[in-house]
Amino acid sequence: MRTQTSALRSKDLLGIEPLSPEEITLILDTAEGFKEVSERPVKKVPALRGQLVINLFMEASTRTRVSFEIAEKRLSADTLSFSASGSAVEKGETLIDTAQNLMAMAPDMIVIRHKHPGAPKMLADRLPASIINAGDGAHEHPTQALLDAFTIREKLGRLQGVNVSIIGDISHSRVVRSNIHLLTKMKANVTLAGPPSLMPVQIERMGVRVVNSLNEAIEGADVIMMLRVQLERQGKLSFPSLREYYNTFGLTPERLRRAKEGVMVMHPGPMNRGVEIASDVADGPYSVILEQVTNGVAVRMAVLYLLGGAHMAE
Amino acid sequence: MLLFAPEMNIKKRLLDSARMARAIRRMAIEIVEKNRGTDDLMIVGIRSRGVPIGERIAKEIEQMEGLPVPFGIIDITLYRDDLTTIAPQPVVKPTKLPEPIDDKVVVLVDDVLYTGRTVRAALDALIDFGRPKAVMLAVLVDRGHRELPIHADVIGKTVPTDAEEVIKVKLEETDGEDEVLIMEK
Repeated sequence: MRTQTSALRSKDLLGIEPLSPEEITLILDTAEGFKEVSERPVKKVPALRGQLVINLFMEASTRTRVSFEIAEKRLSADTLSFSASGSAVEKGETLIDTAQNLMAMAPDMIVIRHKHPGAPKMLADRLPASIINAGDGAHEHPTQALLDAFTIREKLGRLQGVNVSIIGDISHSRVVRSNIHLLTKMKANVTLAGPPSLMPVQIERMGVRVVNSLNEAIEGADVIMMLRVQLERQGKLSFPSLREYYNTFGLTPERLRRAKEGVMVMHPGPMNRGVEIASDVADGPYSVILEQVTNGVAVRMAVLYLLGGAHMAE
Repeated sequence: MLLFAPEMNIKKRLLDSARMARAIRRMAIEIVEKNRGTDDLMIVGIRSRGVPIGERIAKEIEQMEGLPVPFGIIDITLYRDDLTTIAPQPVVKPTKLPEPIDDKVVVLVDDVLYTGRTVRAALDALIDFGRPKAVMLAVLVDRGHRELPIHADVIGKTVPTDAEEVIKVKLEETDGEDEVLIMEK
C-alpha cells in the first residue's frame, strides 16, 4: 500500500465534515486550474495516466456519474463504471464482497454512491484505494458542496460573509448537510427554510439560522439554493400536495423580486420544475444552475488529482 | 524546481540586476534575429519563473520592433513525469495562451535549463493546444546535466555546475530583487 503524501490529510474524500478550511481552499484553488483544461482544444491532461478509477453507483445518478466519468477521462485515468442493476449485487452479493473483488483488480480510486449513509466509510476503512463519496444516503455529498462553493466563489470572489439561503427538503438532503459543513467552515452565513415536517429538529446546532417563510429566506440573500423535493425518499409526502408546496416554498419570479439585485439562484439538480422552482426562474438571468454542472467537472478533477495524482511509491 | 536546505551557502553571484537586464535584452535580440523579425512570434513563459522572464523578453522585443508580441503562460504541473514521486504536489494553475498557437513560432521561456524534463513536459503541454510552426527554447541560465536530448536556442548565461549545486534565480516580480546565485551545501 502506498504512503499518502498529498496535501489532503486523508486518502479518501468521505465528506466535508472532516476537511479543514485550508483543505477546502486547496481543492477550490486547484479546481480553478482544471477549469481551463475543459476549455482547451484537447481537453485532456496526462496527470492520472495509468491509474484505474472504478465508479460504483449503487443508486440512480446521471449528473454526478457523468461528471465523474468526464473528470476521470480528462485526467487520462482508466475508468470503469457500473451500477447495481445488471451486476452481481442483484444476485445478493454484499457491498464488502463486491468491493473486495474489485480491489483484487487493483483500482487506485473508487467513486461510490450508495443509499446507505456510511457505505463509503466502510470501504475506506477496509480498502487501500482512495474512496470518494459521491453521495451516501442522507449523509453527505461532498463534491456537490465543493462545486456549489466553487460557483459562489467564482461569482462573488469570496465565501466569507456571503449570505446563503437553502430552501426546501432539508431532512432528506445530503447536499444540504455537506453545504452547511462547508459554508460554516468558510464563515458564510447560512439560512434554512422549508416545511416544518422536512426540517430536522435542532438543526440550528450546526451553526445555521432557520426561518419560517420563503420570503424571509430570500430577503438579503446573496445566494438562493433550492433543493429538490425528494419524492422517492419520502415514502409518502410530508406536505399536503405538490401544488401547495409550490405555493408555499416554490421559487417564482414574483418572489424573486424581493431578492437582492444580482442574487444567484442555484439548484443541485435534477429539478422538479413547477414544484420547488418555476421554469422562468430556472432558465432566468439569475440562474447559475448550468454553470454548477460545468464547474462540477473541474471540482471533481481537482479532487481526483489531489487524492490520486501525487503520492509516493512505496 | 528549486529546493533549498537551510544550510545552503552562497558560492557565487552569477548575475546581478544590471547584468541580468543585459542578458535578457540580448536574448530578445537573438530571438528576433533567429526569427528574422516578429512575424508569427509568440512568447510563452513556463510557470513559475519563466513567466516574468518571458514578459520582460516580450517587452524588450516590443520596444525594439515597435510591435506588441503575444505573450502566454503555460502550466506544466499535469505533464510532469515525477507526479508520483514528488510531494506535496504543486498547485495546478491555468494555462493562458493569448491566441491559437497553430502556425506560430512559439518561444518557450524558463529560468534554468537543467535536466530538460520541465521542457519535455512543456512541449507535451504545448502540443495539446495545437501545431506550432516551430518551437524555440530560451533560458536565462543553462547549467548542464541534461537527462533528455533537449537544448536551448537562446541562452542568457551558460555555467558549468556540480550536481550538488543549486542555481537560485531571484526576480523582482517574485522575490523583490534581480539576481542569480550559485548555492552549495
